[in-house]
Amino acid sequence: MDLICIVCPKGCRLSVTDQLEVSGNTCPKGEVYAQKEVTAPTRVVTSTVFIANGLHRRLPVKTDGDIPKNLIDDCMSAINSIKIFAPVKMNAILIENLLDTGVNLVATRDMEKLS
Amino acid sequence: MLKNYDLVVIGGGPAGLAAAYKASEEGVSSILIIERDKELGGILNQCIHNGFGLHYFKEQLTGPEYAGKFIEMIQAKNNIDILTDTIVLEITSDKLVSAMNSVNGYLEIQAKAVVLAMGCRERTRGAISIPGDRPAGIFTAGAAQRYVNMEGYLVGKKVLILGSGDIGLIMARRMTLEGAKVLGVVELMPYSNGLNRNIVQCLHDYNIPLYLSHTVTNIIGQERLKEVVVSKVDENFRPIPGTEINFDCDTLLLSVGLIPENELSKDGGILLDPKTNGAIVYEDMQTETPGIFACGNVLHVHDLVDFVTKESMRAGQSATEYIKQPYTHSQNILQVLNSDGVGYTVPQKIDLDRMNKFVEIFFRVRQVFENATVEVKQGDTVIMSTKKEHLLPAEMEKIVLPKKFLLESNPNKLISISIKKEA
Repeated sequence: MDLICIVCPKGCRLSVTDQLEVSGNTCPKGEVYAQKEVTAPTRVVTSTVFIANGLHRRLPVKTDGDIPKNLIDDCMSAINSIKIFAPVKMNAILIENLLDTGVNLVATRDMEKLS
Repeated sequence: MLKNYDLVVIGGGPAGLAAAYKASEEGVSSILIIERDKELGGILNQCIHNGFGLHYFKEQLTGPEYAGKFIEMIQAKNNIDILTDTIVLEITSDKLVSAMNSVNGYLEIQAKAVVLAMGCRERTRGAISIPGDRPAGIFTAGAAQRYVNMEGYLVGKKVLILGSGDIGLIMARRMTLEGAKVLGVVELMPYSNGLNRNIVQCLHDYNIPLYLSHTVTNIIGQERLKEVVVSKVDENFRPIPGTEINFDCDTLLLSVGLIPENELSKDGGILLDPKTNGAIVYEDMQTETPGIFACGNVLHVHDLVDFVTKESMRAGQSATEYIKQPYTHSQNILQVLNSDGVGYTVPQKIDLDRMNKFVEIFFRVRQVFENATVEVKQGDTVIMSTKKEHLLPAEMEKIVLPKKFLLESNPNKLISISIKKEA
């Protein structure tokens, strides 16, 4: 199977055999990615949540690790169900152990309270 | 009110932050960053996706995280002042900067050196002359990104995107995740202008079709956009009659290119290169106006913020040297020419007396090349050549030219960079 690596902007063209042998990668991360992609693909999800009283009306967030690709929709529902109040610090955990994945939803910036 | 600073940096995005940080590290005692938005960070604040920082921070960061790290580094310095919500009105060749905000009113700032870091702007519908009605619902992709990610407005529910550059691809995924239906991404060229990884994780992951060699040929709608007509184009990019596809949609996002924002530079008499729409610079990032430096997307549009950071640090370093000991460039100049297959180069000039052992030359190719050779020529002599498997207009290329490769005799005072196809 032919894949394009998404680990970094380089985008190496990878090949994976049924025995999970990977070729075309220029770094070890590509091998791990290709094996995961054909067995149990995962993604880091980035989005925004509602924030009250903040400098902006949305706070950017991410999953602090990758989650199974088939959970992205459920992850978005969880993200859209929460409301946060400013101030918030970067890396603050907003949802712990998101969908039992062991991954947390965290803030990706500081947001001051609007005075 | 007249203030004095050693260094004034125009723009508080990634370029301005890196230039100011580097100058501060190198010992410039008073630095001012002027930013027109209400906070530092520039466009990174709305680029909430990840993929930033792999080169500079050696980790995968989102845009706000990358900006946040730099803002923290800047705030830890006691010699950098910041003016937000402030617009620069004029920069003179004597490095007098006039600016204005609602707190201080009109300001004049005398600098010893200036770094231009104003970034770039999106091309609009007008710039590419799309025919048809003029309803609401047509946005540049970056404007839509700000509405969605910072202001909290979803700009539409049924979306078509024109242009497959990275911003277009990223917005296709973003709109999908927020519940909109993205009907497709339309691209004039026979290949995408975005990174391969973004084709995979933004389009393939969400089954969004990519229409290559297609363009928008009509827009229909009275108050709100109702329909967009897309046609296939021939090899000369002319729409082919009879190939029309009608998309029932309420929103069209345009990701059709970026232009360095150089109104201040032009008014200040700084010489621009029509090929980059940015200033002409030497290898130290100095413009033709002594003491005024340029870096980041105001100089030429970059693919990765990490490269903006690196280039801007060089500008900060050179500005520091200029502040300590003002210099003008020598007469011993080498002009860098873009030749066959190459669209532009940065820098455009190299000062042979001041250059380091190596000079990094950035360039973009005009078309896709497979298995080609990048050649650097001085006169008719090839002084350096590098083989490349793929060369794409969407990917900025770089060569590192060692000073010792340059020929002693230099009658024409120029080198050229060209692409040679495999025979």
